[in-house]
Amino acid sequence: MAYAAGVDVGSTQTKAVLIDEDRRIVSRALTDTGANVIQAAERSYREALAAGNLPEEEVEYVVGTGYGRYKVTFGNTQVTEISCHGRGAAHMFPATRTVIDMGGQDTKAIRVSAAGEIQDFCMNDKCAAGTGRFLGAASSALDIPLPDLGPTALRGDRPVKISTTCTVFAESEVLSWLGKGKRIEDILLGVHQSIAARSAGLLRRVGVEDEVTFTGGVARNVAMIAALEDRIGTRVNVSEESHYMGALGAALFALDRILASRAPARSSREDA
Amino acid sequence: MSYSAGVDVGSTYTKAVVLDEARTIVGRAVLPTGFKLTQAAEQALAQAFAEAGCTRESVGYLIATGFGRHQVPAADTHVTDLTASARGAAFLFPGTRTVLDVGGQTMKASRVGEDAKVRSFRLNDKCAAGTGAFLEKTARYMGYTTSEIGPLVATSKHAVPISGVCAVFAESEVINQLSEGAAPADIMHGAIASLVGRSVQLMKRVQMEPEFTLIGGIMRFTRMVDVVRQEVGGQVNVPPDELVQFVPALGAAILGRRRLAKLAETGA
Repeated sequence: MAYAAGVDVGSTQTKAVLIDEDRRIVSRALTDTGANVIQAAERSYREALAAGNLPEEEVEYVVGTGYGRYKVTFGNTQVTEISCHGRGAAHMFPATRTVIDMGGQDTKAIRVSAAGEIQDFCMNDKCAAGTGRFLGAASSALDIPLPDLGPTALRGDRPVKISTTCTVFAESEVLSWLGKGKRIEDILLGVHQSIAARSAGLLRRVGVEDEVTFTGGVARNVAMIAALEDRIGTRVNVSEESHYMGALGAALFALDRILASRAPARSSREDA
Repeated sequence: MSYSAGVDVGSTYTKAVVLDEARTIVGRAVLPTGFKLTQAAEQALAQAFAEAGCTRESVGYLIATGFGRHQVPAADTHVTDLTASARGAAFLFPGTRTVLDVGGQTMKASRVGEDAKVRSFRLNDKCAAGTGAFLEKTARYMGYTTSEIGPLVATSKHAVPISGVCAVFAESEVINQLSEGAAPADIMHGAIASLVGRSVQLMKRVQMEPEFTLIGGIMRFTRMVDVVRQEVGGQVNVPPDELVQFVPALGAAILGRRRLAKLAETGA
């Protein structure tokens, strides 16, 4: 049995996934990227190996992805996160035609073909507005842990209108709404709606086509799923593995390489 | 003695200035604005009145300015901060034709006529990369507080290039630079150069011309002023001492003085 690995070095968190020849996930690991990107890549890979109880020699091919993909020093090659998210999403939900990926510092809208190939994409590359970081700002301003943001926002019914674009200024806007006596639930609902509106803008630029798959760390947030569905007017697929979708896509590309390297070897024997 | 006063309720700080009949500053105060704008204005005024040794009753005219100017019920009237800044800058430096105001959350450029009135202006208040918040964030990513920025950057010999597209993305950029061995002082210098680059863009859009008067809390960093001087060419003025952050409040008080003079004329 051959194994393949994908390591997705994101701006905020680093993810590693190991898969077997049948494209089943063997293990996964997640760690904060922090200042030392090389170490974060190694740490997540080691943790995934340990979790899967696999010795390193069993893994034939490693693909690095994410903004820090060139810091995956043990990787055999690198693939962009756009390709990996498209691939991972299409693997989990084969009818996927549109992917929205929300990470710590960037949000990407990707359109994929029936074959899972990237047709178009669009991302915020100049500004952190409408990314996971906006939720991070709300979390620290309101002193509510990130995982609790979504459930809290779902209890809101009169969302405030967040007018700030910039993530840095969002923190003071959130506090000023609090100062005006608004409920935390309604402020958070407004924050989620504002991010959903920006993401929907990105999606419109690539064209929304069913089915839509929502990936990245923010896809674990129930209120963001609801706000996004509300905004684009269609249901979105969310996998248990949404956070690992880039790493999974990278691992699938790694497995392709393993299988491709075998094929010519076999055919050359047949030729002989 | 009849006084005039100006109060500038800014997004971060509230400033108050009291002038006597000779247009000499006899009282001033600065306080964090917080969320209770009316209260912040009242407290800043009370402190400035105490320093001037006067009361609200002896202040003939009070003008409010800044983003919270509508929340000052005690004021006789209010003016925009651009109008007030132009007045204050022209009072301190009569040759002022371009005013650049860089605060914690805004950057404003305006061109001013010989009559101290605003001819055109451009604002940035949508993106932190063009404001003092960018420097504050950059400092924080390296473990420095805002008050340490000045002393830190004073030791820099050259600027590390910082793209400055986004105050959030700056974190990754700063971390990369640090891991490649860049000195925090040089990174800070680079962040200042990037902010100055943005301010020059803004000033170009109002057809900048000398003399330049630089105001706002960020101008307390002398390195910021030095880099602006290198970039624009021409006379660059900076209000002395801590006055940089009192210019709109001062301008409002000057306008109050003019209003008193007019009232005296019509009354006579």
